Amino acid sequence: MSIAAQQFLEAAGSITRNLRHRGLIQTALRKYEAARDRKKSAFNDWSAARQSAAETKWDAINHLDTYLAEFASKLEARGTKVHWCPTEPEARDTIRGIIRDSQARCIVKSKAMTAEEIHLNEALEKDGFEVVESDLGEFIVQLRQEPPYHIVFPAMHLTRDEISDLFERELGSDPTREPEELTMIARRALRRKYLQADVGITGANFAIAETGMVSITENEGNARLTSALPRVMVTLLGIEKVLPKLEDLALFLPLLATAGAGQTVTGYNTLYGGPRQPGESDGPVEWHVVLLDNRRTELLADPEQRDALHCIRCGACLNVCPIFRNVGGHTYGTTYSGPVGSVITPHLRGLQDWKHLSNASSLCGACTEACPVKIDLHHHLLQNRRNAVGDAPSWIERVAWRAHAFVVNTPALYQFAQEVGRIVEPLRRRLQGTPLDPAQSWTRTRDLPPVAGESFKEWWRNRR
Amino acid sequence: MNARERILARIREALTVPAPKPGSHGHVHGSHPPHVGSQDAQPIGFRNRPVHEARAWLPKGGTTPAEHLARFAAASSELKTDFRSVDSEAEAHAALRRIADDEGWRRVASHHHALTDAAVAALGRTALFTDGGYPPDDLEACEAGITTCDVLVAQTGSLVVNSRTSGGRALSVLPPHHVVLARRDQLVSDLTDAFERVEALHGRQWPSMISLVTGPSRTGDIERILVLGAHGPKKLTVLMW
Ligand code: SF4
Repeated sequence: MSIAAQQFLEAAGSITRNLRHRGLIQTALRKYEAARDRKKSAFNDWSAARQSAAETKWDAINHLDTYLAEFASKLEARGTKVHWCPTEPEARDTIRGIIRDSQARCIVKSKAMTAEEIHLNEALEKDGFEVVESDLGEFIVQLRQEPPYHIVFPAMHLTRDEISDLFERELGSDPTREPEELTMIARRALRRKYLQADVGITGANFAIAETGMVSITENEGNARLTSALPRVMVTLLGIEKVLPKLEDLALFLPLLATAGAGQTVTGYNTLYGGPRQPGESDGPVEWHVVLLDNRRTELLADPEQRDALHCIRCGACLNVCPIFRNVGGHTYGTTYSGPVGSVITPHLRGLQDWKHLSNASSLCGACTEACPVKIDLHHHLLQNRRNAVGDAPSWIERVAWRAHAFVVNTPALYQFAQEVGRIVEPLRRRLQGTPLDPAQSWTRTRDLPPVAGESFKEWWRNRR
Repeated sequence: MNARERILARIREALTVPAPKPGSHGHVHGSHPPHVGSQDAQPIGFRNRPVHEARAWLPKGGTTPAEHLARFAAASSELKTDFRSVDSEAEAHAALRRIADDEGWRRVASHHHALTDAAVAALGRTALFTDGGYPPDDLEACEAGITTCDVLVAQTGSLVVNSRTSGGRALSVLPPHHVVLARRDQLVSDLTDAFERVEALHGRQWPSMISLVTGPSRTGDIERILVLGAHGPKKLTVLMW
């Protein structure tokens, strides 16, 4: 078993017993579900909208080279510097270089999962820069020195009391039970930072090829401020974020907000097409767009799972996943958790080390059902399982299945096995799940149906 | 080969094998095995359902101006946008003065435009105009930012500001109260219309930032409880005549 798999099992074991955690997640997600359903019902036809979005993303991803080149050249035409980064270290070093060249001291950052993916904050802090997360949830988890719990709701696992304690300890604020006051404490703490910062780092939700713009979705206005006041702006995004046309946003913005947070559209959806242009009164004088591959092209090369690159990171699949709802976001040990994380992490970080995530699924299909761009998530989990076994077959399983096939294909042997089964049944019952049970790891948490007292054939014979 | 070429080459290599169409559950073009080059059957930009049709499945914005207005008002009240539809510019100015008095504004920020110039003059407060640059600390000290907008969207209760004709990137988001002055004919039905209108306004010379603003700044990051004014304005007022 890989180290990651062992850690997953241990963390899952302890957190599923934590009733406080469970209560918190269930309450938060119940609220989410109610809001989402209300907003979904305002759609004239939710499933047609999803299909249209899936086709749009299909077009974008299956012509990625064309769209990406168009996107980059349109950006460059208006003075944006575009950086292409095949790997994680290259992206990190590119951004470190930009920041060094700009002689920055203080950096504000708005939410970017890609930055988590390349461990940007650690690298910049090691270089001696102060990096401040400006999204409230991210700000909270940064103070706690932990990764975001959820790709959309980073601090969903914390109560207001815990946050109040944290602020008291880290910021010296007075304790309070009011979410409003807590938010204002963070607002005050961050205001100065926006004004002081020399560099603003953002992520992006969509890259519009037609016009050469990125679109950033948020609710708080922190990304707006991050890209308004500092003199240098850096935007880091995965190459899969492309959408062909500006008008595609008319569909994708409501879809993302509805599936992700139960909103018609989020508070601010902002398009950036360049650094400050002639005649404009503010905005960064330099804008760097950093395009990250980091093994996305390997996922692209798998036609079966290519649609995983359609993901718009709405988090809907996490919210409905029975596994996520029980084990929580940190247990995964990955940048992207939940069903989509289980699907793509093996491609991004290695199948054999991360195949256990694809096994941590009941294959209920709730994720596929929830996905606004119709990614076939639960089938991809199955395909990962198949690929993992194909790459590194387990001989015990092979022998067991061969033997099973031989027995059930030989009537006499099959009948004999039934007899034996009936005889050892009481013993099996007694041993089930104990250390003496050879299949303990399976049977400890599962019941087997009892072996029937008679077979159907016998029952039929006796009836006549 | 530079990094750009390396990534593009990897993409092209990966795309030589076609992927199944969405909704086909893993079957490439019916039951036929995938074969190289069959992508040509799906030209770039192809959709079974063209995107401009997508509006038919989205939440409705209404078809008549009266419906647009009703829809915008309903969306605003849900979003906690203070939306006031008034009869004349003079009424809008009077409403603005009342808000300024109630909240005790001393300094406001704005940008030059026929609508804002008249409103700021009528308001009679010290005003910072952001056109041509400004010290950020001064803008931060203002109690309100008064701007125009490109278009308002009935479907979502949103409005669109930009960095060139709405006073820059920060004016609409740094002061704690954002006031938008708008004319009725700026209200359109849905996002598709809004993007069309924005494109018609700016044509080939896009501003560097275009923001679709939907309600005041908000967060639900603490126990999913809604709080307004996370980092941007706590209040958003739309005065329309
Ligand atoms: S896989 Fe689908 S549901 Fe999950 S985050 Fe991505 S877009 Fe949302």
